[in-house]
Order: sequence, then structure tokens, then C-alpha cells
Amino acid sequence: MSEQELFAIDQLSFAYGLRPVLDNISLTITPGRFYGIVGPNGCGKTTFLDLLSGGRRPAGGTIRFLGRPLPAYPKRQLARQLALVPQEFDTGFGFTVEEIVLMGRHPHIDRFASPGPEDWRQVDLALERIGIGDLRHRLTGTLSGGQKQRAVVARALAQNTPVLLLDEATASLDIQYTLQIFNLARLLVEDEGRTVVAVVHDLNLAAAYCDQLFFLRDGEIHRSGAVAATMTAETIAEVFGVTCQVGWNDFSQARQLSYRYRSHGGITAAPSPAGLGGSDGA
Amino acid sequence: MQQGPDKRFLLLTASLLAALLLGIIVATGMGYMAIGAGDILKIIASRLGGGEALLTDLEPTIPYVVLEVRLPRILTAALVGAGLAMSGVVYQGILLNPLADPYTLGISSGAAFGASLALFANMTLFGHFSTPLFAFVGAILTLLVVMRLSTFNGQISAQTLILSGVIVGAILSAGISFLKYLADEQVAIIIFWLMGSFAASTWQGTGLVAAALLVGLLVSLFFSRDLNIMSLGRRSSDALGVETARVRVLLLLTASLVTAVCVAVTGIIGFIGLIVPHLMRYLVGPDNRRLLPVSTLAGALLLLLADTLTRAVLPVEVPIGVLTALIGGPFFCLIFRQKQKARSYE
Repeated sequence: MSEQELFAIDQLSFAYGLRPVLDNISLTITPGRFYGIVGPNGCGKTTFLDLLSGGRRPAGGTIRFLGRPLPAYPKRQLARQLALVPQEFDTGFGFTVEEIVLMGRHPHIDRFASPGPEDWRQVDLALERIGIGDLRHRLTGTLSGGQKQRAVVARALAQNTPVLLLDEATASLDIQYTLQIFNLARLLVEDEGRTVVAVVHDLNLAAAYCDQLFFLRDGEIHRSGAVAATMTAETIAEVFGVTCQVGWNDFSQARQLSYRYRSHGGITAAPSPAGLGGSDGA
Repeated sequence: MQQGPDKRFLLLTASLLAALLLGIIVATGMGYMAIGAGDILKIIASRLGGGEALLTDLEPTIPYVVLEVRLPRILTAALVGAGLAMSGVVYQGILLNPLADPYTLGISSGAAFGASLALFANMTLFGHFSTPLFAFVGAILTLLVVMRLSTFNGQISAQTLILSGVIVGAILSAGISFLKYLADEQVAIIIFWLMGSFAASTWQGTGLVAAALLVGLLVSLFFSRDLNIMSLGRRSSDALGVETARVRVLLLLTASLVTAVCVAVTGIIGFIGLIVPHLMRYLVGPDNRRLLPVSTLAGALLLLLADTLTRAVLPVEVPIGVLTALIGGPFFCLIFRQKQKARSYE
């Protein structure tokens, strides 16, 4: 077991009842990189992230985190290593943004202790980085969907973990805040050597920000590797059943996809999920 | 930043505590035979070790009325109010549903069915304790069935818990109706018990509720910060280091134990567990570390007032469960309307 392995996943499988969702997934995740998980709706991306975060237990196979099996970690210890930004988020009843972000410090604060100076420093830093300092004392019930989502990202930042798991963390954000959060995540990877594993729906964002991509289809890893090698028109056609052009874009300074819109025969029907498959939220 | 809420919390806790102590003294003096506050304090002091000398200038019946009739009833009322409000906070926190209370989970119906069964069969196997014991067993069995019904893949989900609770509760209610139908002579006893009463309160009952409340408070305060975080939903709370599944079961058992003891001792008293946490959330916010102690005190005060009203003020003794529902129901509608109006989004 190499020191350089953050996650070592071996023949992982998962099922909801009798319905298989993930099958025979083996991969390694090394520190200091930005990983993207892409694939069609219902291919098991969210489930995969839940398994990584320890929120669900695999039906078969093993996940080792820093050399130890993931289920062997107490939740609190794991929460100091992994922060999750979930896709859907309740923000409880009647908490303020500040209280929600402070909850990110929960694994760092002893049971009957009050938040210390370091906790408040992390909360301030997270609010500042996400740019929601002005929402600090607002009740979360009065926020818009996008504002709530940014508060949840700030909470994960306040958790100050070496690994960040993002489940479509920008799904309800406009382009300005989407880019802000991806830039921030990229910065955390490059400047602080943190690891980001993100479920990304927008393939252009995935191509622009990720180092490594996992293409999931029907619960299996269809293709994985560096962006330049995997983000190809061929892969997209196989995984999504969509025709596109992929090429280097000078303005974006990244590989980008262009699609043929309208019904010029460019958009084909999605492949019917045979056998495997499921729904994202399940 | 926490200065404001903290000050308010301490002030509210202190005033509730003072009001509760004052309420107990005043309520003890009220009734068919009016007794002065000074005499009550003397009697309590003599019982607590002050000696018989303090009682020399009192009529001999007065200490008996205070110690054996009024105080057990008044203290039981306060403790049951505290227990129901405390369980209400915990249920609402776990089930992520502001409408959750012992009814929603079927716990009350389970206890009522157990008690009805004991009353129907004219059970005297365990003497005076038969009805409370059956009520308690009924509540715990119901909880286990509801939890079993809502467990999928080894995990309990909050939504299915409420659904299972309502289903099981409905079945048990039908069972109670059937027992009432079958019971000829005992039907009045069953109905009276179901409406809740403190009239038959004893010191044993008081002690039982006090013990359950103490355990319940300690456990729920221990996990109160976890309970805050669990309001974010299971995925988030797990990722924030809370052993959600374990804490959920533990708190559910604790709150149900307190509820079961309360229902077993006094019958069904609704709305306290629902209204008090709501009211207090207005005053101290959603943080369970403040909400739990404040709601416990407020619940005690509220049920003490309601019981004193029916015992000493109203011309007829209205069953306490009926009174709390009659006052609490409309009041709850009011809160509910205002709350919905105040929401800007969602």
C-alpha cells in the first residue's frame, strides 16, 4: 500500500435492495489532484460519492482510505479528513448562515466546548472566500436556492479538510458563482495540495478544471484517466450518446466541447439503460 | 455575536424557573381549602427536615392536604409537562418535522391501547401499577414495531418513521374503539383514563416521572449539538461527523421512554409536546442546547397552570387532556398561520 494513495477502491459494488447501482469499480485516488466524475443521470455518481464519504456501506469490495478500511473510521475522525457538499441540502429550521457555517467546525470542537478562535477564524475565512459575509446573520429560510448552496459550500470550507467531495456543488448557481467556486476549488488543489473529487454535469467545466476524469456508465467505470486522453468525442458518444466536437480552445485555455444543437441529426436518443442503472437521488 | 441570544436565554431560563417555583407555591394554596403561602413553606420545610415544631399552630388536616393530596398532583403535573415538552423537542429535531410529537409516532396510542386493555380486563395482577405498566409496555412495543417498519437497508428514515407511526397509531385507535365497544361497565373508566387526569397522583408516580425526566434530559442534552446538526439531513450530518443512525435510535428511545412514563402515569395529554417547543423556538431560536432546557421549564409551567385551572378555578373539573386540546388546538392554528405568513421563500 503506497503512502501516495488517498483512496484505494477494489471491486466496489453497491445495490439498493435488489437493484444494482455500482458494479466492480476499482480505482485509486491520489492526493493533490482535482478528480471529476461524469456520466449520464442515474449512473451512480451520487452513490459513488456517498460510498467515498462513508455515508453508505459497500455491498461488495473494499474502500481503503489512507491505508485503512473506510468503515473502520469513526465518523468524527473521518469528518476531519473529508468534507461533503451534498446535492440537496436541508438547512434545518431557523438557523442563521453563520450558525450553519459554524456547523462545519463540529468535528473539530469537543462535545461541551465552545468554538475557539481558530474555529471563528475558519468561519470568517470561509464566508469571505465564498463572498457571503453580508448574509452572515440572515436566516437560511429567507435565502434563495443559490445563496443556500453557497452557504453549504462555505460550511464545507470551514470544515477545513484535506479532501473535498462536491456533489454538483454548483447546480443552482449562475455562471459567475459557478466559476468562483470552481476557481476556489482549483486554488485549494494547486496552492494547498488538497484533493477535490467532484460530480460534474457540465462537461466543459469538467474539461477545464479537472486533472483526472472517471466516466461512469450504467454503474461501471467506462473510461478513466487524464482529461486530454479521456475527454474525446468518442468517449462522449459512447457514454452519453451525443455527437460533439472536442478541441483545444485558446480563449478558454482548455479542451472544450461544442455540440450540434437543434434537430440536425446531431442529438440522438440516450441509450436505454440495460440492466444496470438507477436514479441519481435514490 | 452570541451575546444577545445568550443573555436572552439566561434571562428566560431564570424567569421561567422563578415562575415555576412561584406557581407551585401558589397552586398548592389554591383549591377547596385556601392555604396561605407561609403555611405551605412551613409544611415543606418541616418535611425537608425542619421538624414537627413548625406545624404546631396549624390545623392538623392542612399538612395532610398539602403533602398527600395537592403536592403530588401539582409536582406530577409540572413534571409531566416538562417531560412531554422535552420529548417534543427531541421528536421534532429527529424527524425534521415541526409537527412531530408522541401522537405522530403512535407512542401515545400504543400506551393508550395498553392501558385500555388493562382496564378492560379489569387487570389487578400488579395491583395499583397494572394500568401504568400496561401503558408503558404498549408504548415501548409500539415504538419497536414502528421502528422496525421504517427500517430499510438497516437505516431508519425520518419520513417513513412518521408514516409508520400514523399507520400503527390508526390501527391501535381502532383497537381501542373495539375495546370500548366490548366493555360494558368499564367503558367509563377507559374513557376517563384516555382523557388524562392528575386526580389520582401519588408520590410514587411523581418519583417515576422525575426519574425518567432526569435520564431523558441528561441524554438529550448530551446529544443536543448532534441534534442541531441532524436537522441538516442525514447525508450532511454524517459528513459532519455525527453518528446519525446511532444517535437517532438512542434519542428516539429516550424520548419515547419519557413519553411512555408520562402517559402511563396520567393518561393522554396532547399538544404540550407540540406547542411548547414551537413557542420557545420563537424566543431562543432553533439551537437545541437552549431549546431543551427552556422548553422543559415552559412545559412544566404550562401544564401546572392548566391543571390548576381545571382543579381550582373552573366550577367543574374538566379532564386535563380535553382542556389542553381545547386551549392548545386553536392556539396552535394561530401560530401555524403566522409562521406560514412570515415565510418569504419556500
